[in-house]
Amino acid sequence: MTLLSVRNLCKNYGALEVTKDVSLDVAPGELHAIIGPNGAGKTTLIGQLSGQTAPDSGSVWLEGRDITRASMAQRVHLGLARSFQITSILPRFTVLENVALAVQARSGSSFRFFAPVVGERALNDAAMDALAEAGLEERARVRASALSHGEHRRLELAIALATEPRVLLLDEPLAGTGGEEAEAFIQRLRSLKGRFATVLIEHDMEAVFALADRISVLVYGQIIASGTPDMIRNDPKVRTAYLGDEEAA
Amino acid sequence: MTNLFILQLLNGAQLGVLLFLIAAGLTLVFGIMDVINLAHGVLYMIGAYLIATFAALTGSFWAGLLLMLPAALVVGLVIERLVIRPLYARSHLDQVLATFGLVMIVNEGVKILWGVSPLSVPMPEMLNGSIPLIGPLQYPVYRLAIIAAGLAVALGLYVVVNHTRIGMLLRAGATNRDMVSALGVNIQRLFSLVFALGAVLACFAGAIVAPILSVDTGMGESVLILTFVVVVIGGIGSIRGAFLGALLVAIVDTLGKTFGPIVLRFIMEPAAAGQTGRMLAPMLVYILMAVILSLRPQGLFGQKTT
Amino acid sequence: MSMTATDTPRRMPARIWLALAIFAAFAALPLFALATGDPFLLLIGTRILAYAIAAMALDLILGYGAMVSFGHAAYLGFGAYAVAILNSYGVTDLVLHILVAAAVSAIFALITGAISLRTRGVYFIMITLAFGQMAYFFFVSLSAYGGDDGTPLQSRSTLFGTDALENDLVMFYVALALLVALFAVATRIVGSRFGRVLIGTRENPVRMEAIGLAPFRYQLTAFVISGCMTSVAGVMLANQAEFVSPSFMNWHRSGELIVMVVLGGVGNLTGAIGGAVVALLLEDWLAVLTQHWKLLFGVFLILMVLYSPHGITGALERLTLRLKRGRK
Repeated sequence: MTLLSVRNLCKNYGALEVTKDVSLDVAPGELHAIIGPNGAGKTTLIGQLSGQTAPDSGSVWLEGRDITRASMAQRVHLGLARSFQITSILPRFTVLENVALAVQARSGSSFRFFAPVVGERALNDAAMDALAEAGLEERARVRASALSHGEHRRLELAIALATEPRVLLLDEPLAGTGGEEAEAFIQRLRSLKGRFATVLIEHDMEAVFALADRISVLVYGQIIASGTPDMIRNDPKVRTAYLGDEEAA
Repeated sequence: MTNLFILQLLNGAQLGVLLFLIAAGLTLVFGIMDVINLAHGVLYMIGAYLIATFAALTGSFWAGLLLMLPAALVVGLVIERLVIRPLYARSHLDQVLATFGLVMIVNEGVKILWGVSPLSVPMPEMLNGSIPLIGPLQYPVYRLAIIAAGLAVALGLYVVVNHTRIGMLLRAGATNRDMVSALGVNIQRLFSLVFALGAVLACFAGAIVAPILSVDTGMGESVLILTFVVVVIGGIGSIRGAFLGALLVAIVDTLGKTFGPIVLRFIMEPAAAGQTGRMLAPMLVYILMAVILSLRPQGLFGQKTT
Repeated sequence: MSMTATDTPRRMPARIWLALAIFAAFAALPLFALATGDPFLLLIGTRILAYAIAAMALDLILGYGAMVSFGHAAYLGFGAYAVAILNSYGVTDLVLHILVAAAVSAIFALITGAISLRTRGVYFIMITLAFGQMAYFFFVSLSAYGGDDGTPLQSRSTLFGTDALENDLVMFYVALALLVALFAVATRIVGSRFGRVLIGTRENPVRMEAIGLAPFRYQLTAFVISGCMTSVAGVMLANQAEFVSPSFMNWHRSGELIVMVVLGGVGNLTGAIGGAVVALLLEDWLAVLTQHWKLLFGVFLILMVLYSPHGITGALERLTLRLKRGRK
């Protein structure tokens, strides 16, 4: 059974084909990584899955429901959350407020005009849980703009977790981090595995092969191979097109 | 009835070309420089005051017009240098405030320099009088000359925008500002040029309309808002949009004022029709804008992302 | 968009204390009027209070929602004409005037807001300006109420069946009470769930979308609330002037409202109130100096934008910063 299903997605920017007949399926709990060289169209693909970018043709299905025309906000309510490659947070809000807002978005009305939101226990508690899962609970009261780069990445994750996704789209969550920070992040993603399905875009091959159940390789907007990490590792097409360069470098 | 229609259509066209002359500069300044300039309407007024002064000094409309053009260029360059240039990198809110301040300064400055009583500009001798159109229908030559001058400028702009290097830069700049700087163009000079060109066009509009209007301090106000409607309808940054938008707005406005009450008379009492028509007519262009924007938020010829 | 204000809970009390201090100063104004024997002071005070309400209402969307509405004077007009038109039909109650003004404003804001909010930036400013002007022309052509020239009020609104508002002192305190009440409401709103979403749309609309909150409906709701609040100011202005005319809703008036908000510092409500006070006093003071005060005001505006873009609050912040550094 598939949770998220992508069928024959196409997207052109002028003469440039950024997404070429892409189809993929993600099972519940599965972590599906999408790798590919720079400019392969990975972020555009995530954009189309999350509803930020409209595809030219093809369709996206969530639990057998066609969501191709659904807006980003609607998809979130259906259980499809995303993180951004370039950190996109509310810099003047505290870390806790950033996450509490996501909790608020999924639980209950935002049309409440009088009760002070700062003291809402239910929101703050749920937000603290998400922060704990992202390893950021100690920074809850800090302004988001004051966080380090690595902490920003964790905040992105916490916000996405707070929406309680069934499918989580992670756009290069490790971008710009390294060493221990990256190591810890991989551990965190591993511990979250199985709770929801994940589509992961990542350049860090170590992370991808450590985490992924399935990997699809995107080159010039096209999926040239798809399979388990072992299958991908040994696929000659992939080796020449992509991994080969990596090893040579 | 047909005669009245043709007459009003011509009046609409005349207003349309004036709106276009003002809107063309405004839409370029918005599109290329991303600056909102509330003071564009006062430039139109300055043009009228300049020609009033120069025509009185020289005793000739034509000499006045010739002198007005370089003066308008200077006005445009000075305003760009003093007020607009420091605002390029600022928020739209800052631009609104500063150019709003400029409107107050110019309106008041004009009162100090020229006084509060309206000025008049004599009609040039050779364009005086009316010519017969169809049957008994007469139309003032000067108004036809305004339409012709406006169309000539539109044609000139069309050629410049579509067939010259500078026009290529303007078009590129209106769609993608970063691209122009990537081309290694002196952005600063392009901006000054665009603003000064817009100023000259607006002043020109004010100057050629001066003989058939009383020149006073309020004349920039009503035109500014109509021009905004034109730019919004046409799509920011689009000269073609400004042209079609201007004609559309002007014709709807002119015909609405004349024929609104007449049309309403079919469905209501004459007195009520007159009253309702008078109330609805001035709102018609805004309703037009609302309808177009609900269908196309970016305007008729605007780029998708704003 | 430049925003100095923040909404961290720590900051809240300071601006609220400042607002309370301003309210207290207003409350003491009648004593001052009594001492100086200037009968116009209360009328001037009422006018300032009305504009403070309008500026605060505008700040709710401009400061907290980054919506630069250039058509807010229209709501002043709706409020003012609600008084004039209802009075002419014998409906004189202040509460009814306010309710009708708010209802008309809500409808207008809902329709024009829904269209304007489909656009951004420069478009939004120009479209709100155009819609404001549409309302202006509507009242210009309303010949039954004087058209362009406007019409004097036969009497002020009645307060619970009495003509108490005819007394300038009562009217002044009613205006002050309305300002305080609406300030309390606005403060609650910006601190509520809704307020947090609104501020979020100002900070990062794409992020809001990505957590499932499409900005449009929240921005539109704020736009409607702001319009309704502004119309209350219009009701008080009509009563203060005992006269209504389309000049209440001229686009210059919308510009002045923006000036007040920015002058005081955007996005903290108190600043808008202070900005209204300062702007109106400055206008009156310049008008005493010269009949061409608008020229000076224009120069002042340009200088403010170029050299102190965050208004009085920004200037004060920089001053305290410099003092602190100086001490070290």
